[in-house]
Amino acid sequence: MKTLRVKDVDRCIGCYSCMLACARHVFRSHSIVKTAILVRTRGGLQSKWGIEICRGCTEPACAQACPTGALTPRPGGGVIFKKAKCSRCAACVDACIARVIRLDDESYPIICIQCGSCARFCPQEVLAMEEQKNV
Amino acid sequence: MFEGDFLRVLNIDLEHNTFSVRERPDLKPYLGGVGIATKLMLENAAWDEDPLSPTQPIIFAIGPLSGIFPLATKVAAVFRSPLTGEWGESYAGMRAALSLRFAGYDAVVIKGRAPKPTYLRIDREGVFFRDARGLWGLDTEETGRLLREWEPGRGHRSTWRIGPAGENGVAFAGVNVDTFRHFGRLGLGAVFGSKNLKAIVVDGTKSYPIQDPKAYNAAYEKIYTEAVKTPRMAKYHQIGTAENILRLNRSGSLPTLNLQASRFTAAEAVSGETFGAQSLTRILSCTGCPVGCIHVGIYRRPHPEGYGYISTTLAYDYEPIYALGPLLGLDTVDKVYALLDTVEATGLDVISTGVVLAWATEALTQGLITESETLLPLQFGDETGYIRAAEYLAAPPNEFYRELGRGLAQATARYGGTDFALTLGGHEMAGYHTGYAFLLGHSVGARHSHLCNAGYSFDQKHGAAFEDAALVEYLIEEEEWRNVLNSLVICLFARGIYTPEATATALGAVGVAVTPEDLKRVGREIFRLKWEVKRRLGFSLENLRVPRRYFETPSGSGPLDPERYQQLLALYRQRLSEKLGMAL
Ligand code: SF4
Ligand code: SF4
Ligand code: SF4
Repeated sequence: MKTLRVKDVDRCIGCYSCMLACARHVFRSHSIVKTAILVRTRGGLQSKWGIEICRGCTEPACAQACPTGALTPRPGGGVIFKKAKCSRCAACVDACIARVIRLDDESYPIICIQCGSCARFCPQEVLAMEEQKNV
Repeated sequence: MFEGDFLRVLNIDLEHNTFSVRERPDLKPYLGGVGIATKLMLENAAWDEDPLSPTQPIIFAIGPLSGIFPLATKVAAVFRSPLTGEWGESYAGMRAALSLRFAGYDAVVIKGRAPKPTYLRIDREGVFFRDARGLWGLDTEETGRLLREWEPGRGHRSTWRIGPAGENGVAFAGVNVDTFRHFGRLGLGAVFGSKNLKAIVVDGTKSYPIQDPKAYNAAYEKIYTEAVKTPRMAKYHQIGTAENILRLNRSGSLPTLNLQASRFTAAEAVSGETFGAQSLTRILSCTGCPVGCIHVGIYRRPHPEGYGYISTTLAYDYEPIYALGPLLGLDTVDKVYALLDTVEATGLDVISTGVVLAWATEALTQGLITESETLLPLQFGDETGYIRAAEYLAAPPNEFYRELGRGLAQATARYGGTDFALTLGGHEMAGYHTGYAFLLGHSVGARHSHLCNAGYSFDQKHGAAFEDAALVEYLIEEEEWRNVLNSLVICLFARGIYTPEATATALGAVGVAVTPEDLKRVGREIFRLKWEVKRRLGFSLENLRVPRRYFETPSGSGPLDPERYQQLLALYRQRLSEKLGMAL
């Protein structure tokens, strides 16, 4: 299975279409905070962009740290999240090696499900879904 | 609109450091943006007082699509203009709308004068009044940098600030938004300054569940796809609006050397193509817009001491290039940037700055003023004098620059030279000498802007071959519909995508049930309300004078005749009175 990659960050125009797509499709929210992908300037709009994404780990530290089984490894990389099992302990936040997991307003972790919606809505082909090469 | 069947209006009192939030179901029929801002202006304007009186309101508003639909990226600002004394309306994009949406407010009304320099933080909790004494006097860039460091909210906040021009009450000072966009026109910056308000940081962190994901996703995707996958918006991304330089030059519509000509011999050297090839470093988007029309170029010059280079990044567009390039005879990319750099830093409106400096250059040549007023020689083509003059405009060293900073309508009352002062309806002109429709449209438009009704577009289509009635009808209908787009605060570049049908569908998908006909009716009602405000603020179509220069220099539709213009104005006045049902 494919996972999300940042292919060419220099093409990014900072439109946030990816973040809004993630919020819309995955979290069913009108929001720029409920999104698993973060586009940020590196310091003001005069700087370049940085994009923080779930790395789609094949041995996900977040899942290893999760005490309740809410996070389990996804075949091909990344994790599967079962909200119903989540105890909101935030262990995954601390464990994430890419430091991309944040908590939402209700203290549930915002987890990338590697669905590719963000890449589909990027007008600049900054993002892509690809097979993991280093598995 | 996501929190109930009402709009949320945040009222801020700078005088007493207090705020309150009001839920206003009654505003819903006016959609949002300029519609609700007009209603709020009717409620809050201090009719008999000076535009810079503390009692005057500043009103910001977004619409029901803001932050949640592609290209609904702007915030509308309404105020009493210190430049014209009447209706002030201006728009800015970048992150402004998205931040306000997710801070949870549909509109903000700011009144009073802070006892000392203040900046505001607006977020989901309300308003925080912060000491801005350490920012007062700083330029827009440094102010922006400090606020970014001082205030949390990276990625979902927007920073609106003034420079020295606004602090000093220059009637055409703007407000710089997130470095690359502006509430530029009609002097909002001076209104900020008069209230001791240096800046506003809006931080939006709320989230709202999507009520009907199926309808919403479908409507969103349709508009997104049209913006990205059809050629419709491509030109804004590619060369950008600056492609107009060559296009308007070819048709003899490019105001040059204070409109002594309508073609610029050096057009090629300051064209969008040349800007792109020589300086473009990146393209940016307003948040939530997949198009990316913001062209950021690099202004690179040798260090004055001869060691290495200094560089600055600046956003360029057609209007800044027109106003600081051809209009002033500045004939290289770097000359335009050099002046633009000062205009940006001091927080002046770029179009008005170009126009007043072009007038001053000619007034100097004609002996209406002398170097004892200008303090330096002003010459077409020489950017060094203009840079210093722009600094003088922002921080006037003498009476002349103070007068010039009140705008040309004021300055010419004192120094003469109205015949070549490029103002229409008291507002310095945008860069289109295309013909009668532009001339009339800019003069009669509510905010005296080419964006009120796009007269230039009618001219470019019809040239000299048109029926008077058709021209007038076009201007009225276009302005009516633009009141709808400006109430949803959709970027006007996207007007081809947001047709009445598409707009109604988008609104329907987020629970605002309207038909295209309803929308048009609302557009007319807002138009009518705006005129109500304009009239109460003293504007009249009766004494709308057009400077002689427009009739001396041939336009893109050929030479223009003052009598024909007067006939068109009379017809416009009559038709508008009929349509709006009010005597004008
Ligand atoms: S917050 Fe939820 S998903 Fe994260 S480690 Fe705890 S239980 Fe697992
Ligand atoms: S892959 Fe899906 S879940 Fe992950 S960031 Fe993109 S849209 Fe969000
Ligand atoms: S959608 Fe693409 S271009 Fe837009 S912010 Fe995301 S990565 Fe950048």
